[in-house]
Amino acid sequence: MDPECAQLLPALCAVLVDPRQPVADDTCLEKLLDWFKTVTEGDIFFPVGSLNLTPCKKKVWELLGEERSSRGTPGAVPLVTPGLGRPHRVQCRAAAGAPLPGGAAVPCAESPGPEFWGPLLLTPPGRNLRSPGKLLPVSSGAVDTIFSLQGDSSLFVASAASQLLVHVLALSMQGGAEGQPCLPGGDWPACAQRIMDHVEESLCSAATPKVTQALNVLTTTFGRCQSPWTEALWVRLSPRVACLLERDPIPAAHSFVDLLLCVARSPVFSSSDGSLWETVVRALSCLGPTHMGPLALGILKLEHCPQALRTQAFQVLLQPLACVLKATVQAPGPPGLLDGTADDATTVDTLLASKSSCAGLLCRTLAHLEELQPLPQRPSPWPQASLLGATVTVLRLCDGSAAPASSVGGHLCGTLAGCVRVQRAALDFLGTLSQGTGPQELVTQALAVLLECLESPGSSPTVLKKAFQATLRWLLSSPKTPGCSDLGPLIPQFLRELFPVLQKRLCHPCWEVRDSALEFLTQLSRHWGGQADFRCALLASEVPELALQLLQDPESYVRASAVTAMGQLSSQGLHAPTSPEHAEARQSLFPELLHILSVDSEGFPRRAVMQVFTEWLRDGHADAARDMEQFVATVLQVASRDLDWEVRAQGLELALVFLGQTLGPPRTHCPYAVALPEVAPAQPLTEALRALCHVGLFDFAFCALFDCDRPVAQKSCDLLLFLRDKIASYSSLREARGGPNTASAEATLPRWRAGEQAQPPGDQEPEAVLAMLRSLDLEGLRSTLAESSDHVEKSPQSLLQDMLATGGFLQGDEADCY
Amino acid sequence: YCLSGHPTLPCNVLKFKSTTIMLDCGLDMTSTLNFLPLPLVQSPRLSNLPGWSLKDGNAFLDKELKECSGHVFVDSVPEFCLPEVRLRRANNLSTVDVILISNYALYDALPIHTRHTGFTAQCMPRNHQCQKAQSASLLLPSPLKDAVEVSTWRRCYTMQEVNSALSKIQLVGYSQKIELFGAVQVTPLSSGYALGSSNWIIQSHYEKVSYVSGSSLLTTHPQPMDQASLKNSDVLVLTGLTQIPTANPDGMVGEFCSNLALTVRNGGNVLVPCYPSGVIYDLLECLYQYIDSAGLSSVPLYFISPVANSSLEFSQIFAEWLCHNKQSKVYLPEPPFPHAELIQTNKLKHYPSIHGDFSNDFRQPCVVFTGHPSLRFGDVVHFMELWGKSSLNTVIFTEPDFSYLEALAPYQPLAMKCIYCPIDTRLNFIQVSKLLKEVQPLHVVCPEQYTQPPPAQSHRMDLMIDCQPPAMSYRRAEVLALPFKRRYEKIEIMPELADSLVPMEIKPGISLATVSAVLHTKDNKHLLQPPPRPAQPTSGKKRKRVSDDVPDCKVLKPLLSGSIPVEQFVQTLEKHGFSDIKVEDTAKGHIVLLQEAETLIQIEEDSTHIICDNDEMLRVRLRDLVLKFLQKF
Repeated sequence: MDPECAQLLPALCAVLVDPRQPVADDTCLEKLLDWFKTVTEGDIFFPVGSLNLTPCKKKVWELLGEERSSRGTPGAVPLVTPGLGRPHRVQCRAAAGAPLPGGAAVPCAESPGPEFWGPLLLTPPGRNLRSPGKLLPVSSGAVDTIFSLQGDSSLFVASAASQLLVHVLALSMQGGAEGQPCLPGGDWPACAQRIMDHVEESLCSAATPKVTQALNVLTTTFGRCQSPWTEALWVRLSPRVACLLERDPIPAAHSFVDLLLCVARSPVFSSSDGSLWETVVRALSCLGPTHMGPLALGILKLEHCPQALRTQAFQVLLQPLACVLKATVQAPGPPGLLDGTADDATTVDTLLASKSSCAGLLCRTLAHLEELQPLPQRPSPWPQASLLGATVTVLRLCDGSAAPASSVGGHLCGTLAGCVRVQRAALDFLGTLSQGTGPQELVTQALAVLLECLESPGSSPTVLKKAFQATLRWLLSSPKTPGCSDLGPLIPQFLRELFPVLQKRLCHPCWEVRDSALEFLTQLSRHWGGQADFRCALLASEVPELALQLLQDPESYVRASAVTAMGQLSSQGLHAPTSPEHAEARQSLFPELLHILSVDSEGFPRRAVMQVFTEWLRDGHADAARDMEQFVATVLQVASRDLDWEVRAQGLELALVFLGQTLGPPRTHCPYAVALPEVAPAQPLTEALRALCHVGLFDFAFCALFDCDRPVAQKSCDLLLFLRDKIASYSSLREARGGPNTASAEATLPRWRAGEQAQPPGDQEPEAVLAMLRSLDLEGLRSTLAESSDHVEKSPQSLLQDMLATGGFLQGDEADCY
Repeated sequence: YCLSGHPTLPCNVLKFKSTTIMLDCGLDMTSTLNFLPLPLVQSPRLSNLPGWSLKDGNAFLDKELKECSGHVFVDSVPEFCLPEVRLRRANNLSTVDVILISNYALYDALPIHTRHTGFTAQCMPRNHQCQKAQSASLLLPSPLKDAVEVSTWRRCYTMQEVNSALSKIQLVGYSQKIELFGAVQVTPLSSGYALGSSNWIIQSHYEKVSYVSGSSLLTTHPQPMDQASLKNSDVLVLTGLTQIPTANPDGMVGEFCSNLALTVRNGGNVLVPCYPSGVIYDLLECLYQYIDSAGLSSVPLYFISPVANSSLEFSQIFAEWLCHNKQSKVYLPEPPFPHAELIQTNKLKHYPSIHGDFSNDFRQPCVVFTGHPSLRFGDVVHFMELWGKSSLNTVIFTEPDFSYLEALAPYQPLAMKCIYCPIDTRLNFIQVSKLLKEVQPLHVVCPEQYTQPPPAQSHRMDLMIDCQPPAMSYRRAEVLALPFKRRYEKIEIMPELADSLVPMEIKPGISLATVSAVLHTKDNKHLLQPPPRPAQPTSGKKRKRVSDDVPDCKVLKPLLSGSIPVEQFVQTLEKHGFSDIKVEDTAKGHIVLLQEAETLIQIEEDSTHIICDNDEMLRVRLRDLVLKFLQKF
């Protein structure tokens, strides 16, 4: 804790304890608690005894416990339940007569005071407290209060109460006075016994919310605590849990699935735990399709699980797709997906019940399989062919081209026709399936359906985007001829069919479609720009010309994508055919992009241009390499005037690339990277620095150093530090030339601060700039810039001062109140 | 009465109360696809097409039938499939009281119906070639062989007949109530499909029939569809749904623009065969936004139609027919459609025909909107002949009424690209389902095509009307009795007569009163008037004139109400000395048999008969016993 804060805290306590003082709002109190949590994070032993380090803490705890009730306001005591990703603040409503944590409503000798709740609340479960068992007052009404708060109308309160219950249970189970854990078969500590009784009672309740609460408590317990006592807990409660499956409908099925999966994931339970797996097996056959899928997926993601159960779970997961396949195949297909999985009446009923239930089930199934596919523990053998067939069928059902083989199929045709949601999910999964190996006909099948989807006038913009993404994945993962740089035999033909479709999409009136098509083009040319087949097909089409046209698109996102695409195509010489009639089109793209950077009213295209220029410089693009200094000078000059901070920041990135190419690349800061030998600069340092001055890099960087946008200033600071480090070894420069003449640079400094550039650029003497560079406290500037602009306002000191100011407000002259 | 087999070109007749109402009179023009195009100028290609001869070499039809790329066409002026004639004759539908038109596409047969005073005189000289072709139909190749209703094909009407028909049209506004002879009231409602398109409500005081034809729920230029007024219908007649239920209009517009841009960029021309009204407004609006973004601002758009100018201008002035946004513009005042700006900036030019100014202004590449979508007549024939040989050009079909492959058949072989992106904004089956749930008519009546999936997609059970109770269907030349029975008629009562009534409450909340009045019926309106007062007894000996006779106002007998409890009635009979009583149940009531007296008392719900042989005393006695159980007023 800062000494300043420690000084302020007693005064704050005095304000808080004074009933005449208005308490700062609850947000302030919560912030105060957050700060305490931060302060005590490294000090888990935060019982009363340790408070003598900061006596104010105790006072604050007392205040937090007492102030609300003593004031009789409907406010509450903020509770913090740590141990989560972020603290959950809850407002515990003071039930009449019920002892609150803090115990001020009805003073009671047995009710736990802050001495108890403080350490408890500030300690993550599973971390040992000093003799916590002694702190747990079993007979108090505190636990009852928590029970009642589980049903609070506020979900936050109810959730926090359940979490708190888990904390209490975990603490009570940490053993007796000696800190030994309870034996699984032994007597339960009284507090734990009470909680167990409550959970058991809730599990047997006819009210679903009660069951949900109990299941949530258990799920949290098994998820957080992995001590041996949890096994005993499961042995005791599993019959009650299993009984839930006998009810119709099964209450709180979602929470039930969560619990089973949580228990199954817990390392405490060995894979041979029969009762658990029996329950899971039963659940897989009793639950509805909505809940079966998540359970099956969870099981399949487990590392250790009986093989028979995995098989059953996979069949459950495949059921909806198997039904679809069965309803549409004209003749028995290859074995796999259809084997014994398609006859589940519940699944069929769900598929046929309504459009929403059918779409929901299929979307979930496809999403689950998509999640499962890349995992190492996915079922083996993986039915790649059947899954692909089923996914293609789903897509054909969606576009109305599937031929049903049964009445179910006919119904599915009507239900899924035009269903964009299912189309999107199927395309996502189809893209994922590209990662699997399979025969060439599978690739053909997938590409054919993707082409149809891309071609169909009925495809919505979102579907087209997914189709482009899936197509890209299939293309990039398509088998290639071994030992040959060319694409396989399938792809050239596909590309010939694809580019006319892409042309059409680039002309689509909907800007989202044009944007997706451009992104697809960029990605494809980035990966395949060197492939002869691709180059041939692309240059034979009008795609480059259309992409160039889209640089003038009215939609800024499309212009930005067109800039990126054209930059990419240009990098690989693909922006126009090489034939003489396209000579005009093959002219440099640089002036066009520079024009966009100079005049485009939207930020996105300008940012894209800067990224393209940076890439060009890095990759030695002809337009950049022809006259690199002129290129950099021109770009930096335009970028420095830009009002968009991201453009200016990207300008610094370009400057850094130029620096790297002039002075050598920056040293890596990664401690594990192999240290490369220092690369000698491309030219003598003096010349290099003169070049930097000539392109106006110093002007740009120093202006940026005082930029009103912090990221720009930070980036500039990093760049200048790199530059300073780079030339540090060249001390001979200074010595050789004698004392630096910093006068011109110092004269320019105010103008830099004002955001003006030196005119004309390159007037500075390199030595003077270097001297300036050395004289600046760049490290200090960097640390200053590292702090957020509101760091003062966010500091605990500021919080305490604010609270004091609120309190002190009344202490002053009330007449001055404004 | 269904006179048309085409569900989107309906022609039905509704007999309701004493009126006969024709609902639309669409003209099926698909028959024209069997004919060769009518070129504006002599076409050597068409003239030199070989005549068709039978396989046995018989060439008796070779002057009338021409063969083009394996298809046979009739070389004559196109003929059209007229609405059903036999049904009209058989059901005496010669005097239709009124024809209600739903939209611009559904009155093409109007001149045929209004040509003569009665329908029966509409025989036109049948086309000679057609007759001969029909006689050889078994020998003809497809598609001519499969042509339907050839016997009803007729040549089109003359301009004079068109003008005559138009002169009989009466324009009405949305929600305007029009009385038809006092019997029914008809009201047009916005159908959201096209400028001025409407659905109709035909209602009496106690019955309501809604006629929904060519409606759209999409947000385009017309005023949105009025659904609320269709509620509480006894019968909803549903026609004119989309012809391409699987095609999304938005997607098709995208397809249209993309192909247009690609063609023009390559230096090609785009031909859009279309009607001069309807979707063209949306296409022009879409292009207005698109051409700049696609860098096509310099490409001229030509709209060629005899009514191009009036179509573009009228669309700007009828605010009542427009959607809200466009209505607001009218009052600013600004042109509601952006094609005004296209015209101002010379991007869109319109001409009545290709002759005259168009020839001077014409420059390529360009986009031409012109008709007719069948490609059999109109200026479009010229452009097909002109541009068909170049693969740079594209013809884009946006109207769904004709098969584009059949339309193109007489132009084969064709080098120009053909794109089919039909835009049909009318209701699809999902929208119909929602509409019916919203409107909840008691009965739905529709063409039979809508009650089953399309033949080419028999598995698509979603492409049919699904409602409860199932829709009643009709087909061409079929008569359907609408499933409601008229039970009530509204009769007004004169105030002075009403004052004289003395209601008597027979049940709580129900009072009855006897009325003696004269029922006066005129123009299908009924009025109860007080009866004329009885003539004062004449003191003189002057003989009463016949014309002075007043209705014979007899002494009014009391009216009876109530029911006779049989068991109590039998007990009463026994008390009054009747014996040997036997009671039999009948379908309508009971028969009390007094065997000894040989008398029968027949008690039914609304009548009681005492049947005895000439024993008036007994009858009166029994009558009085019966009356004891009934209330009198």
